[in-house]
Amino acid sequence: MTVTGTDVVKRGMAQMQKGGVIMDVVSAEQAKIAEAAGAVAVMALERVPSDIRAAGGVARMADPTIIEEVMKAVSIPVMAKCRIGHIVEARVLEALGVDYIDESEVLTPADDKFHINKKAFTVPFVCGARDLGEALRRIAEGASMIRTKGEPGTGNIVEAVKHQRLMQAQIRKIQNMSEDELVAEAKNLGAPYELVLEVHKQGRLPVVNFAAGGIATPADAALMMELGSDGVFVGSGIFKSENPEKFARAIVQATTHYQDYELIAHLSKGLGTPMKGIDLNTLRDEERMAVRGW
Amino acid sequence: MLALQGAFHEHARMLRDLGADTVLVKLPRHLDGLEGLVIPGGESTTIGKLLREYELMEPIRAMAREGMPVFGTCAGMIVLAARIQGEDEPHLALMDVTVNRNSFGRQRESFETDLSIPELGDDPFRAVFIRAPHIESVGPGVRTLATYEDRIVAVREEKFLATSFHPELTADDRLHRYFLGIVAGER
Repeated sequence: MTVTGTDVVKRGMAQMQKGGVIMDVVSAEQAKIAEAAGAVAVMALERVPSDIRAAGGVARMADPTIIEEVMKAVSIPVMAKCRIGHIVEARVLEALGVDYIDESEVLTPADDKFHINKKAFTVPFVCGARDLGEALRRIAEGASMIRTKGEPGTGNIVEAVKHQRLMQAQIRKIQNMSEDELVAEAKNLGAPYELVLEVHKQGRLPVVNFAAGGIATPADAALMMELGSDGVFVGSGIFKSENPEKFARAIVQATTHYQDYELIAHLSKGLGTPMKGIDLNTLRDEERMAVRGW
Repeated sequence: MLALQGAFHEHARMLRDLGADTVLVKLPRHLDGLEGLVIPGGESTTIGKLLREYELMEPIRAMAREGMPVFGTCAGMIVLAARIQGEDEPHLALMDVTVNRNSFGRQRESFETDLSIPELGDDPFRAVFIRAPHIESVGPGVRTLATYEDRIVAVREEKFLATSFHPELTADDRLHRYFLGIVAGER
């Protein structure tokens, strides 16, 4: 029997991206630069997160024209973002034929209580999470891949580090618990018991877990790999840097060779100026994107 | 295990469970002493680019020509092919086949199915196809091991083995056993 859209097929797609870099692009031209640099996929957007931040107002799904242009320009997979809870934006993206949908906190949420029931879709979804409970709730809704959230569009790695460390610590804790303790832990996390049990047995999330938000340099990407990420998303960090081609190539190679420090030193030479960063203490609460997600 | 990008841990786990020692290959010096090489699924453009950037191409070709068995799945099959439709430059070009990339469509068309692979016995093989390539045509020395809807999806040429699908994503280890049989000189 032949079937599409199974968990194996949807999660498997993310497994093929492991050890790779997924780059935000806003045009066919940028998509080609990303592909030539060795990106494993591109995220087609109307604006990168730092520009969304600067523009303010309501951020929505990109114009399908941009997404189609990017799909025509490259042979690697193309992802696109819909608003949290916006079922119709997600259906539109599925109809366009994108390879992965990101139900993303970078856009303004459309639903302040519920995320999309992703099990109802053939196309796979990636969702953000700050901790294990959030990750397992998204997986319960059908997410086939998790992004550990940093603070997008800031060029500041601190939130991504904080959340990836928390996620890994919570996984280690569950792995070492007795099975007797798992129901109570599931309650504490706000996560389904079956998924908590799976984490206990496997010692890892049941789906691929990338890092995202604030990655601006090759060393940032390698740091997130060192902390246990399966790969990295780079948003504004590439096309808001002084030399996108060089940054893109260097970040791809630092992700593959994340424990080869001489190589990362070499890759980091003469790259030019990275994107301008933001000190998170200067952000007002309502300007923070990573906290969106329920 | 070529470990530049992709599902290399899944392959390594299956091979270790079958009793093989595995090494992750990221640089030419990691090739020393290898008896066989697996090229995993991933993105073929990324893997091809990193193969060139880190000068792995020539040493792998040389070892393969001297008899080292190689097993490529999905992107790995594209990396092994002598000809890639619509592209000027192949990657390792070790197998006399022409591949068509993403020939089964985009991700929403990706699927799993039961495949007949007579070489592995009568039981069907649960095969997972993800934005998968297929083989358009094969040279005289290439044996077709499986087809799906008239498209060639598994081939062997001497000590080289390639599949369009991902045996590393299921619990069925028969293809990995088969490859270890080639490495041991039993097949």
